[in-house]
Amino acid sequence: MNLIHDFEHQHFAHCESGVMSTLLKHKGLHLSEPMVFGLSGALCFAFLPFMKFGNMPLVSYRMFPGHIVKTLPKRLGAAYLRKRYRHPEQAMEELDDHLAASQLVGLQTSAYHTTYFPPEMRFQFNAHNIIVVGKQEDEYLVSDPVFDQIQRIKSADLKLARFAKGLSAPQGLTHYPIDVPEANDLDLVKLIRKAIKKTVNMMLYAPVPWIGVKGINHLARRVARLSARGDGRYTRLFLGNIVRMQEEIGTGGGGFRFMYASFLQEAYQVTGWPALQEASARMTAAGDAWRDFALACARIVKSKNGTDPAEVAPLLKACGENERQLYKMLKSAV
Amino acid sequence: MKIEDVPQDDNPTFKGYGTKAVYAVDERGRYTKTATSGWDVEEVVLRDVLEDFDALAADAKRRVLQGETSPIEFFLYRRLMDLPSLARSMGLWQWQVRRHLKPKVFKKLSVARLQQYADLFRIDLSALTHFKETTDIEPDS
Repeated sequence: MNLIHDFEHQHFAHCESGVMSTLLKHKGLHLSEPMVFGLSGALCFAFLPFMKFGNMPLVSYRMFPGHIVKTLPKRLGAAYLRKRYRHPEQAMEELDDHLAASQLVGLQTSAYHTTYFPPEMRFQFNAHNIIVVGKQEDEYLVSDPVFDQIQRIKSADLKLARFAKGLSAPQGLTHYPIDVPEANDLDLVKLIRKAIKKTVNMMLYAPVPWIGVKGINHLARRVARLSARGDGRYTRLFLGNIVRMQEEIGTGGGGFRFMYASFLQEAYQVTGWPALQEASARMTAAGDAWRDFALACARIVKSKNGTDPAEVAPLLKACGENERQLYKMLKSAV
Repeated sequence: MKIEDVPQDDNPTFKGYGTKAVYAVDERGRYTKTATSGWDVEEVVLRDVLEDFDALAADAKRRVLQGETSPIEFFLYRRLMDLPSLARSMGLWQWQVRRHLKPKVFKKLSVARLQQYADLFRIDLSALTHFKETTDIEPDS
């Protein structure tokens, strides 16, 4: 059954960081998912009112899809192959060649054509990440980091998923590490400092009002104004959209905040800087605040307009304030 | 989030699909990856948006049967898309897709174009031409 030997499926919170962690591990470099996430500086907050998905503004708790695959190899100094295709047939043939050569490859796919997803979650989302680990007759065996078991997908469906059109179209993106540095050669302390600095700077000083802490406050103001609009359905969908981006789509809980807190804790073990331990605890608290906000939103959605949406705006403001203080502290620490 | 606070609400959506991984703190303050069977909050907001799609699809169905719109609109909502994403997935402009929603224009569409829509919606061509809510509309089709 052509399963890449000595491959062990691992269950992760997020698809992209999970794929990256698995691919690197297979090459002999052990970095946990939070480490991959933190080192690539993937934590973010973005509220882009002018970019609509299903008539809802884009809300994101991390950098744009593809950021990790693009950034991390560069920061690690790893030789990394990323290849897009024009012809689906060629892409599928090369995938088979990789499998025959026992090469583990990461693919970008569309969730819509990913047949092993629950039907209710098959939205038009083109930036899902998977690893193909084998082929059996007409089915590929897939290590999807957000599932706890190996999944199967028909080759025709995989082809559709790899060549779906639309926003951030995968174009058959195939990626894998060619050569990774030895763990001993990595200057983790330096990498951690650099990554945290980047994240902190973006969250505090992004020059646009939609990114970072400013973005959170911007969203809070928008939420406070929702009731003035007097459209119950819109309010429900708007709040629901935020919560779904925060919890449902594989964030490890609290819109990636818990994953980042885990990274900070690991970073503390590497560097020994006590401030990181403290920052980790605060990041956990920030994640908990986001969860409280999500819970309040769900109550409003459930009550079908029985509650005033303006009530959740202060919770959101608090999330912004939490994070602002936390990043300030981190800034002086690194 | 502490490990004992990780919700285990058995979300119906994820039933039979395994668990999700989240990060939480154990009793000694160390972060661990742990599994959850779902959180009510996720289910509530997901159901809400799905109900909205259901309502849109039901309304579209009524208008298809009355000859006011083409079956494309029904399947558009059935497949959890909106007009911009449908247009992008088809490689068309939005105004072109909007035109295809008119029954008169829809009737004149080429078989190739209809097949392209059917492939995207993962349905039989006949379900589009002779509108029916096929059962093989379920995504595993």
